[in-house]
Order: sequence, then structure tokens, then C-alpha cells
Amino acid sequence: MKPYIGLIAQLKKRGLLVAFAVFFMVVALNTDAFLSVGNILDVLRQVSITGMIAIGTTFVVLTGRLDLSVGSMLTLLTVVLVDQHNYVGPFLAILVTLLAAVALGAFNGLLVGYLKLNALIVTLAMLSFLQGLTLFYSGGSNVNIPNAQTTWFRFFGRSDLFGIPVPVLLFLGVAALAAFLLGKTVFGRQIYAVGGNETASNFSGISSSRTVFWAYVLSGLATGFAAIILGSRVMGAQSTIGQGYELTVLAGIILGGTSMLGGSGSVWRTVIGISMLGFIQNGLLLMGFAYYVQWLVTWAVIIVAVWADLAGKRGRILA
Amino acid sequence: MNTTNLPRGSVTILTWLFRNHIWIFLGLVVLTFSLASPFFLTVNNISNVLTQGAFIGILAVGMTMVMIDGEIDLSVGATLALATALAIGLQGQVGIWPAVFFSLLSGAALGFLNGAITAYSGIHSFIVTLGALIGIRGLVFIYTGEDALMVQDFSYTEYAEIYLGPVSVTALIFFILALFFQWVLSSTRHGRETFAIGDNIEAAHDAGINIKRHKIINFTICGTMAAVAGILLSMRLGTAEPNAGKVWELWTIIAVVLGGTRLTGGFGSMWKTIGGVMTLAVLRNGLRLLNTPNYVELMVMGAVLILALLLDRFLAHKTEAR
Repeated sequence: MKPYIGLIAQLKKRGLLVAFAVFFMVVALNTDAFLSVGNILDVLRQVSITGMIAIGTTFVVLTGRLDLSVGSMLTLLTVVLVDQHNYVGPFLAILVTLLAAVALGAFNGLLVGYLKLNALIVTLAMLSFLQGLTLFYSGGSNVNIPNAQTTWFRFFGRSDLFGIPVPVLLFLGVAALAAFLLGKTVFGRQIYAVGGNETASNFSGISSSRTVFWAYVLSGLATGFAAIILGSRVMGAQSTIGQGYELTVLAGIILGGTSMLGGSGSVWRTVIGISMLGFIQNGLLLMGFAYYVQWLVTWAVIIVAVWADLAGKRGRILA
Repeated sequence: MNTTNLPRGSVTILTWLFRNHIWIFLGLVVLTFSLASPFFLTVNNISNVLTQGAFIGILAVGMTMVMIDGEIDLSVGATLALATALAIGLQGQVGIWPAVFFSLLSGAALGFLNGAITAYSGIHSFIVTLGALIGIRGLVFIYTGEDALMVQDFSYTEYAEIYLGPVSVTALIFFILALFFQWVLSSTRHGRETFAIGDNIEAAHDAGINIKRHKIINFTICGTMAAVAGILLSMRLGTAEPNAGKVWELWTIIAVVLGGTRLTGGFGSMWKTIGGVMTLAVLRNGLRLLNTPNYVELMVMGAVLILALLLDRFLAHKTEAR
């Protein structure tokens, strides 16, 4: 059975990229719009919001935890940001949003990191709680910014620099920062250590509680950045605006090959994964497939990706 | 470790209370709402709470089986919606009972599929069933044409109106299923194997338990339970909404966790799942009786879940470190 094992190894290394390249070519040959500069920038602009969150959540996943609250967090933060913009102006509104983002992340980090509660359940509970909090804040009504054309707040979501949309530049900039943090600093090494073998990392003097705490803070902060881009792009928000984002984020991270068991992966993998996801969904949309077919295809790809990741190593995510 | 297997003699009243805190919790919630609302402790309202709780309850029965195995099924809400749609949609063509049968079959088949993919790929069920959630919901939308299906033969909805005293047929089926699977867990080989796998999968494997087959059976049970809940819901409503059961997987997991079943597996009981389901149902009912807005409900649910986790963590030390 040697050729078979070789195939799995091959698939693990390159299979997904090859499959994606084939898909890319099929869509490019069948639709005119797909490979146009406008469409590619459009996809990247859409990806920048989920991508921004995914950069932060990558830290959490690398420690072997999950964050399912980012979608609801994005909703709450965007609603607060847009609403406050009308009262205290863009600068203070952004400040408030980022502070709130850090506070929410810290709360998750406290429960999961220090109190050692199950990450899945805690962030599910937060998902419900934040939905309620959003409705409490907005009373269920939509909020929007009336002076959308004149406020400088439009810079983050609607402007271009050197012909490239600002959200894309922000996304890549934050990715570069995060990659530096993860790859070149002590904190980054601690993240990998905790995800790789928590017991061993504790014995070697790394506080896994503190590391996990800061991973969740970064996840919250990144969601705050995403809220700024989203609010600026839409110039409004309703209480469902971030619904389901947590799944897209998770999908992008998994697709990039960051292990759900923790300890292996990188920010650039997440950038690639979430961009691939964007191009797959955009391509299927251009070819005329329904929304649910897009998701089915996406998930089939992800299942294969995780399977390839697990082929050879065994473990449990939720333990 | 599985504290329910500790020798009976060593159980003091205090540890018994710690282990069964869900009943104390339920008692407190009932007491609070009895004092807060004159409408709460009426036969009519209690009957309503039982019925409303039973839908999540039936889902929770299947979820408990899967969770003691150390797995999770996020697709139960979508499976319920598909069963609802098939039970009503097929009636016109094949009649009521064959439609109900196919609906049940769809739940069992989807559960089987979840179990088979999980068992054979080695991918954690969290990811497998997250995909299934979206895929199955897609099937529902395709089948219903994104519109609600209406029941044509109204003798179908009359089955939901069968009551045994104040207990509706829905609640009765929930209790029977919960008791049956409690028996399975505590008195059959399958039940012992479920705990064994959840507690220590390597040891269970070494002991010769067929883990793949075992997990497939529990996922099939879970899918079938979702279909049962879906059929009962379609009888009660007379319509099949494509969005039926949305985020119910969340409520189900909350109920099961409230009942003290651990996500890491190897620990849990159907009795306490009933307690968790009823606590949740009483909370929702009580909050509505007091005319609290929807958002309060969402916030309370989140807060209660985190409190339950904290309590569980605190009590785990008390009961296990003896």
C-alpha cells in the first residue's frame, strides 16, 4: 500500500493548493468577470473584514482553543461604533470601540485562560449574551451614519490608496504585525508552546493561563479593527450584521492549515486560507450557484483539509 | 473520572447535594418565578412549560448520548427542520404515517452519516457537524423552496392535542425517551461502553470495544431524536418553517451542560439532562410571563451557562477530591 500512503503525504503537502488552482482555472475559463482586477480587489475587500478577525482568532486556535463569539462581538462593536459616531464623532467612537473590544476579549480570556472553563461553551454563551447585549443597546432598530459622504470615518472602508482599497491595506498591515508578533517575539513562541504541549510549557515556566488570556485579547482587538472597517464600509449596522462570521473565520483558519489541535499554523496561512475561501465563494457565485451550494463546496474542501491535517496525528479538539 | 460509579456508602449528604445541584437550581428558579408571577404556578402554565421544554428535551436526549461519548452534534436543529419539512411535505403524496416514517428515516440517516464521517475520518465531530448544519439547512431550503409548508390533512395536528391529564403527548414522549436512554446508559452494555469511550478512548479500544460502530450508533440515535422532535413540532404547528430549529442546537447544548454532562465525555446522566432541560424551559417561560424583552432572555441564557460552568468547576473539586 505504499503508493496510497504517498498519496496522503502528497495531499497533505500540496493537494489543497492543486485543487484550488484547478478550481481557479475552471472558473477563470468559464466566466469573464472572475479574473478582472475589479473583481479580485472586490474579493479582497470582502475578505479583509473576516480576514482581520481571523488574524486575531488564529492566536486563539494556535493555543488549542476556539472563539465562537467573534461574530456576535463584531455585531455589537459595529452597532456601538456607528451609533457613537453620531454622538461623539469618529475619533472617540473608534476609541470606545477598541476599548470595548479589548474588554470583551479579556473577559473571554479570563474565563477560558484563568478559570479554565471550556472554550467552546464559554464562547457559545458569549455569543448568546452579546446578541442580547446588542439588542439591549440598539433596541433592535438599525443605526446608520447620516453624513456618510462627508465624515473622514469613510477612509477605513470606502477609500483607496495607490489604487488599492484601504481595507485590504489594513488587513495586510495587521497581518504583517501579527506575523511579526507570532514569529519573532517571546509571546509568539509561548503561543506555539502552549498549543503544542500545555503541560510541558507549564513545566518550562510559561504561564498557559496568561498566554491564553492574551490570545483572546488579541482576538477581541482584531474584531474591533474589523468593526471599524465594516462600520465604515456599510455606514450603518443592524443587529444581525455579523451573524455567522465566526463560522467563516473558523473555516478560513482551518482551510489555511492551522491545526485545530493547536501548536501548528501561522498568520500567513490564515491570510491564504481566508482569501482562498473568498475566491471559492466568489467563483461559485459568478458561476451561478446558490448560497447553500457555496457553503457545501466550502465545507467539503475544509473536511478534506482537516482530514489531511489529521492523517498521521490523532487527538481531540475539545478536550 | 466518573463519580457516579463511586461506592454508594461514601456519599455524604453534602456531596450528594453538590452532585445534584441542577435540582436545587431548578427549585430556586421555580420558587423565584412562583413568587414573581401569579400565573406561573398554574396547571395550565406548568403544562405549557413541559410541552415547550420537551422539544429541546428530545434533542437533548440524543445530544447527551453523543456528548458522553466525547463528541458533539451541532446539526440537530437543521435535522429537526428537515424532518419537519419531510413529515408535512410528503403527506400529500404518501399519507401521514409513511411520511412520518420517512421523516424518522431521514433523521437516522443523517445521524448515521455524521457518525460514519466522524468515526472513519478521525475529524472531530465539531467540524463535521458544523458542515452538516449548513448542508442540511441547505437541503431544507431546496426542499421547501424557501417557503413554509402547510399541513393539508388537519387530522395530523390533532395528535399534538392528546393529553394525559396536564401532560401533552410531546412531553410524555420526551420523558419516556429520557427514561429509556437512562436505562440504556445505566443498565446495558452499550451504556457502559459509552462511558468507557468518553472516559478513556485508548483504554476502551484496548478493552476491545468497537469504537467506530459505537459512535455511529450514538450519532444515529441523536439524528433520530432530532427527527422525533421535528415530527412532534410539525404536529403542533401544522406548518414546516425552513428556519425551524435555528440555534436550537445551542439551547440543547446549554441544557445538557446545565445538567452536568461534560463536553470532554465520560460523565453525564439523562436524569440530570431532564433537570437541565426543565431549568431552561422554566427560565424562558418565567421571563416571558414577566414580559421581559427578548434580549434579556438571550443575556440571561448566556450568563446562566457561564455560571453553570463556574459552579460545575467549583463543585468538581468538592466531589472528586475526597
